[in-house]
Amino acid sequence: MSTTDFSLAELMICAASEAWREDGEVLASGIGVIPRLAASLAMLTSNPNLLMTDSEAYMVAEPVPLGARKGYEPKRDSWMGFSRIFDNVWGGKRHALVGPTQIDRYGQANISCIGDYAKPKAQMLGVRGFPGNSISHANSFCVPSHNRRVFVEGEVDMVASVGYNPARLARGWSLDDIDIRLIITDLCVLDFQGPQRQMRIRSLHPGVTAAQVQDNTGFELHVPDACPTTAAPTAEQLQLIQRLDPHNLRALQLKDNPPGQR
Amino acid sequence: MDKQMSTDGIVGQLRDGMTIGIGGWGPRRKPMALVREILRSDLKELTVVAYGGADVGMLCAAGKIKKLVFAFVSLDFIPLEPYFRKARQEAALEVMEIDEGMLLLGLRAAAMNVPFIPTAVGLGTDVLRHNRQIKLIASPYADGKDWVAMPALKLDAALVHVDRADARGVCQISGPDHYMDDLFVRAATHSYVTCDELVDSEYFHQDSAHAHQVFWERNLTTAVAHVPGGAHPSSCAPLYGFDVAHFKAYNATVQAADGWEGYVRDYVDCTHEQYLEKVGGLAAIRELPLPIF
Repeated sequence: MSTTDFSLAELMICAASEAWREDGEVLASGIGVIPRLAASLAMLTSNPNLLMTDSEAYMVAEPVPLGARKGYEPKRDSWMGFSRIFDNVWGGKRHALVGPTQIDRYGQANISCIGDYAKPKAQMLGVRGFPGNSISHANSFCVPSHNRRVFVEGEVDMVASVGYNPARLARGWSLDDIDIRLIITDLCVLDFQGPQRQMRIRSLHPGVTAAQVQDNTGFELHVPDACPTTAAPTAEQLQLIQRLDPHNLRALQLKDNPPGQR
Repeated sequence: MDKQMSTDGIVGQLRDGMTIGIGGWGPRRKPMALVREILRSDLKELTVVAYGGADVGMLCAAGKIKKLVFAFVSLDFIPLEPYFRKARQEAALEVMEIDEGMLLLGLRAAAMNVPFIPTAVGLGTDVLRHNRQIKLIASPYADGKDWVAMPALKLDAALVHVDRADARGVCQISGPDHYMDDLFVRAATHSYVTCDELVDSEYFHQDSAHAHQVFWERNLTTAVAHVPGGAHPSSCAPLYGFDVAHFKAYNATVQAADGWEGYVRDYVDCTHEQYLEKVGGLAAIRELPLPIF
């Protein structure tokens, strides 16, 4: 049963939760409010075999609700400190959903800095775990504001995350060693299933046109003849999201918390 | 055996130009009392290796860092560290920016006394373009691939903060995560530890659960300083969380023309006892709530 009363953030959470549907028993890491809720929702619906952490140092048997817990105790399965996270990452049994600042046509992504590397216009976090994640396991991206500053015309300013760029492959490596799945934005869902791994519009959010997405993207997208509309959240999904996010942090993630139906 | 030393005694062991690893992670369990001691010292031109938080930010603000080896610098709930950001945007320091896992492997290689560890991490990224000293090697085996040879990150000194230690340098980290502190210690020629509580060795003997929370051997601990609240304003779970209000105020100082000088006047140019008083006292620190993620 679908409903017409949902926010764009909730639509993005549901669309992003699809990223893990076929993954089997992997660690689902959603970094940030929308990604974490998406992973949590996937674990409660489309893929109960997923593993998650408490975002601190333990694996948990069920997703931990966001924010103050009012007596809720995480169901801790096992220790998972940062050093062990890398053992998991390098083993490949993980699928992360992260929020880069820039993404290019190859799916290369940047959270390090903007501008000249020697003297950046804007220093951000640093590459963090992006290089290791991107060469080791599946990755998806979440973009809260789809525009040409994010989807840049050339390559991203600092390639923190490898993409489908043949020019950067090391000897013996192939593009098959890289696995970028979905990009969920406030306008649409993208993937790399166009010709020769071209970035493709997978679905358009309600009320968004392909032209609008292309206008806000710095490179040419593959636009299928018929773009499906991103599925609206079901009442069950919305209920679960409310349970996972009792303090409604999701309402603070997109400017003015717009509705999902435009 | 008594390895106790004062924090100024420890910093007196450090030299200009040294490579210094700092334990902890972002705003968590940083040896901040030692960092403040370095801020008060004449030390300069340091190479700092860290999963960075305000430790790196403050050392940047004071111009102590010649080169930074890092994967991120962040206060987590304040994503962008103000003084690290300023230093980078003013091109005030050299950087070796690598993946979090590469940093781990570099420390591990140093700990293992091998020159490098092969890994796929970094392939295809600008980490290799901006760090020409990191080489690729051809596998000698049948895979026929090139791999990143992550070089050892050998440290002259490691600085870490732990919950408890005894005078021999047996150190307990009872919080949920010891981060890479054990690797920092193993990668270093000398390791200097501050502890929130100094305990009698009996403490470890009476409960093997305590011994289970010791992540390196005492012969790797060079010296121990008893500094209650020594991680503040970073956290030392389970004893205390990080000081959100203090970090917010620290973050705001970057906006003022003499903001850093003001912070130094308020919180650095003083003894640790005075510092504790200024931030509300040890009892108040111990009441700081643990973060909820």
